[in-house]
Amino acid sequence: MADDNRQDSVAAVAEAEDQSPEAARAHDHSEEAEMEAVQPDREAQTEHKPRLSDEERLQRLEPDKLRRMMYDMLLARRFEEKTAEAYALGKIGGFCHLYIGQEAVAVGAIHAQRPDDYVMTAYREHVHALQCGISPGAVMAELYGRADGCSKGKGGSMHMFDVEKNYLGGHGIVGAQIPLALGVAWKIKYRGEDRVIQVYCGEAAVNQGAFHESLNMAALWKVPMILIVENNRFGMGTAWERASSLYDIYQKASAYAMPSTVADGMDVLDMYRVTKEAVERARRGEGPTLIEARTYRFVGHSMSDPVSGVYRTKEDVEKEKGNDPIRIFADLLARQNILSQEELEKMDEEVKRISEEAAEFADKSPEPALDELYTEIYANEDVNGRLYFDGRKR
Amino acid sequence: MAVITYREALNQALAEEMERDPDVFLMGEEVGVYNGAYKVSKGLLERFGEMRVVDTPITELGFAGLGVGAAMTGVRPVIEFMTWNFAILAFDQIFNAAAKMRSMSGGQFRVPVTFRGPTGAALQLAAQHSQALESQVAHYPGVKVVVPGTPADAKGLLKAAIRDDDPVAVFEGEMLYNLKGEVPEDDDYVIPLGVADLKREGGDVSIITHGKMIHVALQAAAALEKDGVQADVLDLRSLRPLDTDAILATVAKTNRVVLLEEGWAFGGITATIAAMIQEEAFDHLDAPVLRVTQADVPMPYAKGLERAAKPSAELVVEKVNQVLYR
Amino acid sequence: MATKVYMEALSPTMEEGRLVTWLKNEGDEVKEGDVLAEVETDKATMELVARGSGVLRKRLIGEGDTSNVGTMIAVIAGADEDISALTGTADAVASQAPSVEEKAPEQKLEQVASGGDVGKGAAALAAAGQTEQDQAERGTPAQATPAGAAPTPTPDARTRAATGEGQPSIVPAGGQGTGQDNGRVKASPLARRLAQEAGMQIGSVQGTGPGGRIIKRDIEQAVAQGGAQPQAAAPQPQPQAAAAPPSAPPAAPVPPSTDARYREHPLTQMRKTIARRLTQSIGPVPHFFLTVEVDMGEAMALRARINERFKDQGIKTSPNDMVIKAVAMALRKHPFVNAAWTGDAIHLYEQVHIGVAVAVEEGLITPVVRDADRKGLTEIAAEVKELAGRAREKKLKPEEYTGSTFSISNLGMFGIEEFTAVINPPEAAILAVGAVGPKVVVDEEGNMAIRQRMRVTLSCDHRVIDGATGAQFLQTLKQYLEEPMMMIA
Repeated sequence: MADDNRQDSVAAVAEAEDQSPEAARAHDHSEEAEMEAVQPDREAQTEHKPRLSDEERLQRLEPDKLRRMMYDMLLARRFEEKTAEAYALGKIGGFCHLYIGQEAVAVGAIHAQRPDDYVMTAYREHVHALQCGISPGAVMAELYGRADGCSKGKGGSMHMFDVEKNYLGGHGIVGAQIPLALGVAWKIKYRGEDRVIQVYCGEAAVNQGAFHESLNMAALWKVPMILIVENNRFGMGTAWERASSLYDIYQKASAYAMPSTVADGMDVLDMYRVTKEAVERARRGEGPTLIEARTYRFVGHSMSDPVSGVYRTKEDVEKEKGNDPIRIFADLLARQNILSQEELEKMDEEVKRISEEAAEFADKSPEPALDELYTEIYANEDVNGRLYFDGRKR
Repeated sequence: MAVITYREALNQALAEEMERDPDVFLMGEEVGVYNGAYKVSKGLLERFGEMRVVDTPITELGFAGLGVGAAMTGVRPVIEFMTWNFAILAFDQIFNAAAKMRSMSGGQFRVPVTFRGPTGAALQLAAQHSQALESQVAHYPGVKVVVPGTPADAKGLLKAAIRDDDPVAVFEGEMLYNLKGEVPEDDDYVIPLGVADLKREGGDVSIITHGKMIHVALQAAAALEKDGVQADVLDLRSLRPLDTDAILATVAKTNRVVLLEEGWAFGGITATIAAMIQEEAFDHLDAPVLRVTQADVPMPYAKGLERAAKPSAELVVEKVNQVLYR
Repeated sequence: MATKVYMEALSPTMEEGRLVTWLKNEGDEVKEGDVLAEVETDKATMELVARGSGVLRKRLIGEGDTSNVGTMIAVIAGADEDISALTGTADAVASQAPSVEEKAPEQKLEQVASGGDVGKGAAALAAAGQTEQDQAERGTPAQATPAGAAPTPTPDARTRAATGEGQPSIVPAGGQGTGQDNGRVKASPLARRLAQEAGMQIGSVQGTGPGGRIIKRDIEQAVAQGGAQPQAAAPQPQPQAAAAPPSAPPAAPVPPSTDARYREHPLTQMRKTIARRLTQSIGPVPHFFLTVEVDMGEAMALRARINERFKDQGIKTSPNDMVIKAVAMALRKHPFVNAAWTGDAIHLYEQVHIGVAVAVEEGLITPVVRDADRKGLTEIAAEVKELAGRAREKKLKPEEYTGSTFSISNLGMFGIEEFTAVINPPEAAILAVGAVGPKVVVDEEGNMAIRQRMRVTLSCDHRVIDGATGAQFLQTLKQYLEEPMMMIA
């Protein structure tokens, strides 16, 4: 199974000068793995078996950095739990997609780049927004639709932005953010900037034309874009096997001669390592990389989707929870004496408090004033003639 | 003033704006090596190089989104669609991204991207290549739409579109590229958005239109003149923003209105204007507002059918006579 | 299956109704056809019947409340049926089956946004929200139709209801129409404004646009000719009463012309209808008036004989009954007076249905004596008495006060000697009847004599009736009344 071959595939982030599909396949896979890719073995996939030693996994990262990653994952978890609670109380409206179970992906990957690099994602985005440095209060206020939200209450759960933090949103049309990110990557190249962009999509988005169109141009023009496909195995309720003729998403990059790899999306350090490599390649001007992050969501697709039911069983979910990325990382840090159980609990108390405070902040934040209805539609309204046609007074 | 073609006027506008602002680049299918499917970008690759005149794969959705993303982060892309018919593939990026990015981010982004390409029917291009889609794009708040009908307007409006900080869709007339006219050579010849132009002064009836159709309207006005009827022909030039003052002024003057557009009637720009007129100039109307649009069918290929489907000067004259109670 | 109870159009001109009394309480068992409530329409108090069976679960308006036709005013449903989707009220939500309440929050949310996801979910959500209501409506097709299809009669519908066979027909909007609206002046907005600026009554201008639309050039021409009727001259100086209120309220509210104190008198449905109808009339209908004095000596003598003869049967005819009979007979000879203007034709009625204006509390109503020309005097007398009685009790059925082809208004009992009445459109004429009383006249021999005289004034729609036509009708009428035997001759 692919996970078992992860080492090989990571090592095989293809060399720029050798991008033929043949070469990519030869690097990436044993013949056995090929066979398994066609007939995926879910049992194998769901058993989490890191192949690297603790030492290799830790990559000589500073303990502070490791603790920070732990803190960020915990905050992500507690924040989303608070979000679910607020949603159930009717404080949050609309669609709301939680990140519980997938924390290692965004936390690990965003730790692998710099604050001046860009991040763009789809609509399961609260944690990406937090990880880019938007305050929990501003994220929660946005969820509440309040004036202090990071999009002033005009975006909501799916449309968070912070241009100062280089967080470019929160996009609601499946796959449509990828061409936008391509544009940002193009701009970086056009202006000769030393920056990259990470763009995320779910595994189901790779069937969209936007994905393929963007991969082609990104690879053709070698722009600094890292595309992270968060493969949580279900597009809403459709299992990946039922939606794609090819199981291994990272292989799709080979059609565009784009380097690609699989990362363990339940291991924050694996995400970090794989992304770091891709970011550095991009900075060197060697172009884009596709990372397939294999992960799992422990919650429903959205707040209106039960955790289990029609498309997966309770047992499925319970089993996957055995691979909780927070537990996996906590165990490692405890084993390596980087973070004790006591320290972890203290940390947990802190992030719970922060989440609680975020909710309190959001609750106190005012609703956007009604005269905000017609603001910020156009950047330049200094034009002759009429821009709005509803005949209302404003 | 030099007499140049509509195509050359657009080319001038592009070249001048690229010269003026290094953040401006042109991207689209066949814009570089091929010099543009309609030769609008002739010579630009040679002059500005590959980073600024970019040939794309045939991938409208992709490069339209690229333009939006690039514009969000500070540059000024000009995205050429070989025709707006193909841009339908890219409408998601125009409607869901370009139009909404500023609003849904609470005003954090400017999206100074220009989308341009020819609109409307040429000759016998059949159903998929003969659509006038400007009213569809103008439907979306957050986007601006201009529709030049003369070489001078083409230059002035494209320059305004590129300089504007919002997404602007420029609908050029496929049949107009060879049209010649006087065009100011001034590097700063910019026509402000939202300013209509009275292309002909009359007084008996107002024909309100835009783009290629101004020529049909002028033709109709000439025929009516022989019959003793003097028509105002108002060229909207911008659909969003829309020069409603100019519309209301001509209505107040003539009390009779015929609206003309190349696209379909249902939800068309003329429907919006007709609604606006009855809302705001009801007491100035001496007759119902009538419209001339394309036949409400996909454009047929056969010559005779195509001619019958298109709005014509004859139809305009007929409607003018109706509003004049003749 | 739940049945929605609507405010139904219980009269052909009814646009809203006032619920007078609920006859069923919430919780009462209701069978289809049961009377649920009494509703005051613009003309009468009518019964609202149930269109389905079950329990009257919810009354949505109270007694004395007014609702537009087509508004849901109650719900009939099974005793335990969930009607929250129909009523949308808080208590209805509270009465939802407890099983729903017990579900986990997530499950409830799922119900709301089933399968809800970006983009796709919204449509599903909207569709799901409608399903229940749709089903409820489909469940009661018989009931859905009247309220849904014909919330308000169109002007055309009114015309036909009044001119047809007496059946109150309601034509759905979009039905076949004449293109001309009897109750409305067709004019371009600009023409209306110009006429107003010129102080001109727009109805006095001849339209030359399509369908007779008055357009700018018509006003300009009228101004140039100075021939248009100035607005200030519009009110007629003649005394006008019951059939013709002195001045029908104008369409737009008039700013107070004095600072004197006043009491506001609320408008009844009937007052609104009178105002609307008569305003419609005096505008577009070019009236003219012909008055003739009739010697009623023989008629009164005949009436006395008849009353004497039928005394045992309790029948008593009035002078007005004599007039009705004579008018009906005369109309048979003068079809243009028994007619209607439809815009593109004149309808000459082959039946004579006489509307008899009856003053009732706060207004008037016009019960109809159908085929009056074929009825005997006593028959007419009995019918009028019966109809007038029920009119005063507001118990007339719509078919009893619609469908007249000609109307008579008699103010003789108030001592009014002569007046003009306003035509009840689309009829072409109305007869205003004054009091019968002794008058000094000069007879054929040149001698002064005292005779029983009565003045009648015919208001004519000049689009249908010319002066001579009207005069000839009055001649016949005069002859019939002065020599009643001519009616059978």
